Amino acid sequence: MDDLSFEAPTGEITVLVGPSGCGKTTSLRMINRMIDASEGRILLDGVPVQGIDPPTLRRGIGYVIQQAGLFPHRKIVDNIATVPYLLGWDRKKARARAMELLERVGLDPALAGRYPFQLSGGQQQRVGVARALAADPPVLLMDEPFSAVDPIVRTSLQDELLRLQSELNKTIVFVTHDIDEAIKLGDRVAVLRVGGRLAQLADPKTLLAEPADDFVREFLGHDRGIRRLQFVSTEGLRLRTDLTVPEGSDGGSPEPWLLVVDGDGRPVGWRSAVRPGELEPYGTFVRGRDSMRAALDAALLSPSGCSVAVDEQGKVVGVATRDALDRALSEAVHG
Amino acid sequence: MGDGPPSLWEWFGRNWDTGRADSIRTLLTDHVTMSFVPVVLALVVALPLGLACARWRWLYQPTSGLMNIVYALPSLPVFMLMISVTGLSQTTVIVPLAFYGVAVLIPAVVDGLDSVPDHVRQSAVAVGFTPLRRLLQVELPIAAPVVLAGLRVVAVSSISLVSVGALIGQGGLGGLFTRAYQNPFMPPVIVGIVLIVALALVADGLLVLAQRLLTPWVRARKEAAS
Amino acid sequence: MSWLTAFLGWLGEFFGDGANWTGSDGIPARLLEHLEFSALALALAVLVAVPLGLAIGHTGRGGVLVVVAANLARALPTLGLLVMFVLLLGASSIWPVIIPLVLLAVPPILVNTYEGIKGVDPELRDAAYGMGLRGGQVLGRVLVPVALPLILLGCRLSAIQVVATTTVAAYTGLGGLGRYVIDGFATKDYASVVGGSVLIVLFALFVQVVFALVQRLTVSPGVSRRLTIR
Repeated sequence: MDDLSFEAPTGEITVLVGPSGCGKTTSLRMINRMIDASEGRILLDGVPVQGIDPPTLRRGIGYVIQQAGLFPHRKIVDNIATVPYLLGWDRKKARARAMELLERVGLDPALAGRYPFQLSGGQQQRVGVARALAADPPVLLMDEPFSAVDPIVRTSLQDELLRLQSELNKTIVFVTHDIDEAIKLGDRVAVLRVGGRLAQLADPKTLLAEPADDFVREFLGHDRGIRRLQFVSTEGLRLRTDLTVPEGSDGGSPEPWLLVVDGDGRPVGWRSAVRPGELEPYGTFVRGRDSMRAALDAALLSPSGCSVAVDEQGKVVGVATRDALDRALSEAVHG
Repeated sequence: MGDGPPSLWEWFGRNWDTGRADSIRTLLTDHVTMSFVPVVLALVVALPLGLACARWRWLYQPTSGLMNIVYALPSLPVFMLMISVTGLSQTTVIVPLAFYGVAVLIPAVVDGLDSVPDHVRQSAVAVGFTPLRRLLQVELPIAAPVVLAGLRVVAVSSISLVSVGALIGQGGLGGLFTRAYQNPFMPPVIVGIVLIVALALVADGLLVLAQRLLTPWVRARKEAAS
Repeated sequence: MSWLTAFLGWLGEFFGDGANWTGSDGIPARLLEHLEFSALALALAVLVAVPLGLAIGHTGRGGVLVVVAANLARALPTLGLLVMFVLLLGASSIWPVIIPLVLLAVPPILVNTYEGIKGVDPELRDAAYGMGLRGGQVLGRVLVPVALPLILLGCRLSAIQVVATTTVAAYTGLGGLGRYVIDGFATKDYASVVGGSVLIVLFALFVQVVFALVQRLTVSPGVSRRLTIR
């Protein structure tokens, strides 16, 4: 490893990503002194970690690893309370805190009395996160925490982490070899190349739009253009509100496609002027929350070529036509 | 013995081959027989039993429980109790030793068969091995290293345990220990210990050699890995 | 089945004789002696082997030596070792016999403790250090509880060895249940031989039961996986 310098801003997720052998795990482990850096400095809140007794340092930093590393001989509740016990908390208080965290990471409190082998991989990983959060450390180190679970579980764990982070605002350093995970989770992404040199450090949007060099470009892989759209907001998308008709009305409109909505304002299907008897499928996105990528995806799902914008309750707020999408895309990408 | 006690070598030379039943050579031969036969018996008994336990899993729990008990029985009282059945003969030592061997080998056979990866077994079925040929040509060769490791333990323990038989007059080289104790004299003890340990090392070495010849891929894989 | 009748006859003779139940060579006294010698030897072996095995397993240094030594120790004839120590040190106290008992009991505990600690999943060690446990805490709170089944297995194997060798040691003058067998054999008192043998076998089985109980009480269900999944 050589000449790696970066800053993980407080309250943000910084992802270290790179091919195997790029030293991302080594860098992470230097932060809590699982490995000592031979040269250079690592500052935590301005204090060099080299000056702190490693166990004391580590008790103040949450640590999550790939297989969760739960202690098989301890019940789930005691696994979560590991660091509080180490810090000398009162047993009752530590357990109460563990129960609180169990729910926080989305697990059934009934699991508290179980042993790790009785849990699924995804559940174990959630416990791993809960254990890292137990003493409320300001900093969290996560070393490929989700790479050993299947893709569906991984997605839900990632969503859960983002949800947690929106509540907790921890300073997280997250290591992964999966660029999609990096882009999904990172406020900032550091792409490392073999030998531990920093290839690029940027927010995901910039990374996708302006890769620093061929290495980063290649590492980002194909679909880079499409993936960029997930950082483009749908807030400014121009919507038409004159394309919806209530169920039952036959409305003689000149439009080739009309969106039929039910009494609550929820979409039912597209009705084409050619075959008004049949309803065609539709796709929706939540305006403001979902990205342009979702809006475009929704448009592709429907023969009408239009995308249905809904609010958080699922009520139709308007329709984005292909023209509107086109205009928003060219604005986002070129200007 | 006017000129003092004889040295170790002197004593060994004088007693190596006296032609009597207690010559070291005879004791050594007896020792080899009494330790070799139980090992072979144990293997012959444990292989089918182990295969049965691996095939019908419900058998394994009670069998291994029973074998744990057998293994825990101290040798001397077992020899003594055997006397009432088999009299004072080599059989009295051989049979209990064979039982100890079976107790060690059954789990070794089961673990060995468990070490056959499922995809290997499946593909053997898929390419059309009959169950018997699959066992002989695929499963047993893969299980061999684990079984042989068990066999090494059995062989070495048998060789050292035979000597306890000396307390009922059937102990091979163990006879040197009782002789040394009866007229207090160190050389027979040293000779006995050295020969028994040497015998154990030779047996162990032969089994290691057998393992290399029978399962050449194990070594090749280790070398490739390092 | 004539041997069975003879066998039962001897048993009846041995256990039915009131004289066998009292005095310094009575069954209770001999049983207690056997227990004392075995427990003493095992306790000393545990005191030596467990800390050594923990240290070697935790630091990873000297492991090969342990495995080689343990294999070699299996080849040592117990009777030969007992006779050698008694000839060397005389038979004035129990120590010339206890020393070889301990020597033979150390290797199984040592090798299983070492293997147990070494075999703990490295991820677990990593997680423990990462949580901020100190070296001793990692050993005591994580490695030992997880390796406990193997450590106890080592102790159980040693106990089997010690009980058996204590019996053999009666030949070199040690007390305990082995006396009935050795003396009975020498005087052709088969009631004593058979009765003593049965007592030793029962004692050995009792020791196994004790270990099974200890295992049950000390090993976490999370490690032994005694509970069913869900």
